[in-house]
Amino acid sequence: MLTIRNLHAKVADKDILRGINLTVKSGEVHAIMGPNGSGKSTLAGVLTGKDAFEVTEGEVLFEGKNLLDMKPEERAGEGIFLAFQYPVEIPGVTNNYFLRASVNSVRKYRGEPELDAAAFLKLVKAKAKVLHMPEDLLKRAVNEGFSGGEKKRNEIFQMAVLEPKLCILDETDSGLDIDAMKAVAEGVNALRSKDRAMIVITHYQRLLDHIVPDFVHVLSEGRIVKTGGKGLALELEAHGYDPIKAGMATV
Amino acid sequence: MTTATQTIEQFANKEYEWGFVSDIEAEAIPKGLSEDVVRLISTKKKEPQWLLDWRLKAYRYWTTMEEPRWWPNVTFPPVDYQNMIYYSAPKPKKQLKSLDEVDPEMLKTFEKLGISLDEQKRLTGVAVDAVFDSVSVATTFRGKLAEMGVIFCSFSEAVQNHPELVKKYLGSVVPYNDNYFATLNSAVFSDGSFAYIPKGVRCPMELSTYFRINAKETGQFERTLIVCEEGAYVSYLEGCTAPIRDENQLHAAVVELVSVGEGSQIKYSTVQNWYPGDKDGKGGIYNFVTKRGACRGRNSKISWTQVETGSAITWKYPSCILIGDDSVGEFYSVALTNHKQQADTGTKMIHVGKNTSSTIVSKGISAGRGQNTYRGQVKVLKGAENARNYSQCDSLLLGDKCGAHTFPYIEVKNTSSTVEHEASTSKIGEDQIFYCKQRGLSAEDAVSMIVNGFCKEVFKELPMEFAVEAKKLLGVSLEGSVG
Ligand SMILES: Nc1ncnc2c1ncn2[C@@H]1O[C@H](COP(=O)(O)OP(=O)(O)OP(=O)(O)O)[C@@H](O)[C@H]1O
Ligand SMILES: [Mg+2]
Repeated sequence: MLTIRNLHAKVADKDILRGINLTVKSGEVHAIMGPNGSGKSTLAGVLTGKDAFEVTEGEVLFEGKNLLDMKPEERAGEGIFLAFQYPVEIPGVTNNYFLRASVNSVRKYRGEPELDAAAFLKLVKAKAKVLHMPEDLLKRAVNEGFSGGEKKRNEIFQMAVLEPKLCILDETDSGLDIDAMKAVAEGVNALRSKDRAMIVITHYQRLLDHIVPDFVHVLSEGRIVKTGGKGLALELEAHGYDPIKAGMATV
Repeated sequence: MTTATQTIEQFANKEYEWGFVSDIEAEAIPKGLSEDVVRLISTKKKEPQWLLDWRLKAYRYWTTMEEPRWWPNVTFPPVDYQNMIYYSAPKPKKQLKSLDEVDPEMLKTFEKLGISLDEQKRLTGVAVDAVFDSVSVATTFRGKLAEMGVIFCSFSEAVQNHPELVKKYLGSVVPYNDNYFATLNSAVFSDGSFAYIPKGVRCPMELSTYFRINAKETGQFERTLIVCEEGAYVSYLEGCTAPIRDENQLHAAVVELVSVGEGSQIKYSTVQNWYPGDKDGKGGIYNFVTKRGACRGRNSKISWTQVETGSAITWKYPSCILIGDDSVGEFYSVALTNHKQQADTGTKMIHVGKNTSSTIVSKGISAGRGQNTYRGQVKVLKGAENARNYSQCDSLLLGDKCGAHTFPYIEVKNTSSTVEHEASTSKIGEDQIFYCKQRGLSAEDAVSMIVNGFCKEVFKELPMEFAVEAKKLLGVSLEGSVG
């Protein structure tokens, strides 16, 4: 589904990604861990087309198409979704309205008919139930005045409604209390399917207890320095990143 | 330049769609302003002596005044008042008895503007008065309104048919010597709208006036007077457009609202879209208008809602004088400036009576090199015990070459009153736009949605069809069908 080859990117003349190679097949869940500032959010931004990041080398194929040539909204249309580390607020625009505009933009991109208000409402209600999403949040302005946890939950809710092919979750677990984390993990697991892939960026093992990954990658200084199975996360939890970094230094 | 900034620029660079000129024969008097011109206008309109005297008093006073430069942040070269035509009327073939006799070219113009007088008459619940250049050309629905005792007609007709009402209220809220432009208007006003709602009547339809400047080198000086008696209610809408011209044209209107009796209510909504000038600031309307309402009755209410997107320069402070105890004043405003437009707008709320309250919600949007100023005054007099005011002024910047300024003036002369003021300035962020794009929205839809969300509190005050027009004007897709 997704193939990243030798990806280099910089921001404000600073090299951040320095040769990323990663293949994600449909049905798989990949966790990406790594120290602060190692480039995890940058990778998510490059994959979704944020224009602050400049790709200097490498290629990214999504279902055979050259992703880097597409505009952000086209990538969304192709089925790439990012649950933001810091979701933004859009005052005065209700969550429901925003989401309907989003769903219909994506449908339009795919040549599907738009959902009318009634059909949309039905869809939203069903998804809200699965995610235990309070309905009053849907009527409020996008993320405005939401608590940190509510914002994260809202991201996953949007993801559930949009049903993307590739879900990228950037630290969705940070700021969630234990119950919210369970609810979010449940929502994410409900979306796991053989046609869908996920990249889960996180610092903590506890999320991966709930969303069990097929692969764990360690990103450090813009490169994937180690890849393993779900056991790698436990190892990191116990010993931190230093042994890996030290190992690299001796290579 | 990032794509987000490009979109913002595109958004700001939308063409003015209403800039066509209609080919209609007009009867105009020669350029220039003098006592003779004032007399000529009055004669053409077959006015009574008292009105001519009032005009002359205003004219003479005006000659002693100086063109103001109220605020250092608004700049323009002096207006040449002698190089302007003060009266231009579409030439009627004969006396008009019904819409069928209106020049078809003119009906076409209104059609193009989306105001089909004919259709309006038949289908909708909106009574329309259309002012073309200086003269009112058609008032629809008059018969139906008359049955309820509601008078809705052109100002000139009111002078002929209801002189006692005009005489009683003309200048009672905005006196002839109020300010430079209001005084000029008092001397040369050519037409406008008049509405009178008698005791206990809730006007069953929106009253609406559509102003159109068509002729070259003319100024538009219309006057609107609305009077509401005890327990009466009216909602009044006003829309304006003008052709694209290289010269600046002056629009100096006066609107007077009088909520006379106990519990009377006037709701006045404006969508102002005069030609704003081109992107280099050439041409455009100088929109220098005086709008003021007096809440005289106990528990009466006046509410101003405005969406200001046009004009090269806007100077406008729709105000409320809250005289009756428990009376209420409201001001809801969206002002958008782009290119080199300058807007200095706001309100004055003067609290005189006890327990009076006022609400101010102002949303300024600046794009391009536009300069947008909110200037508002809240004055609570000594006798206005327990007066309350709440003001909220928000500014939104699109791009980084524009400006937003806020000047609240607050004066409270007693200790039992509360005045609250909140202000904010924000910029449409790249992050907001990227967030929307990541959810599949085009950059343009993203900007529209963000701007629309910003204006929501004001749009919800507008009557339905006006809200739609206002959103369209801001290049905004429809919101609110869900949620
Ligand atoms: N717009 C920017 N301007 C300058 N530097 C930036 C910008 N965006 C990111 N960076 C830098 O790029 C590096 C990688 O940032 P990134 O957000 O990708 O880290 P991360 O791995 O997600 O970290 P965290 O775990 O703290 O979220 C950091 O050093 C950060 O300061
Ligand atoms: Mg990050």
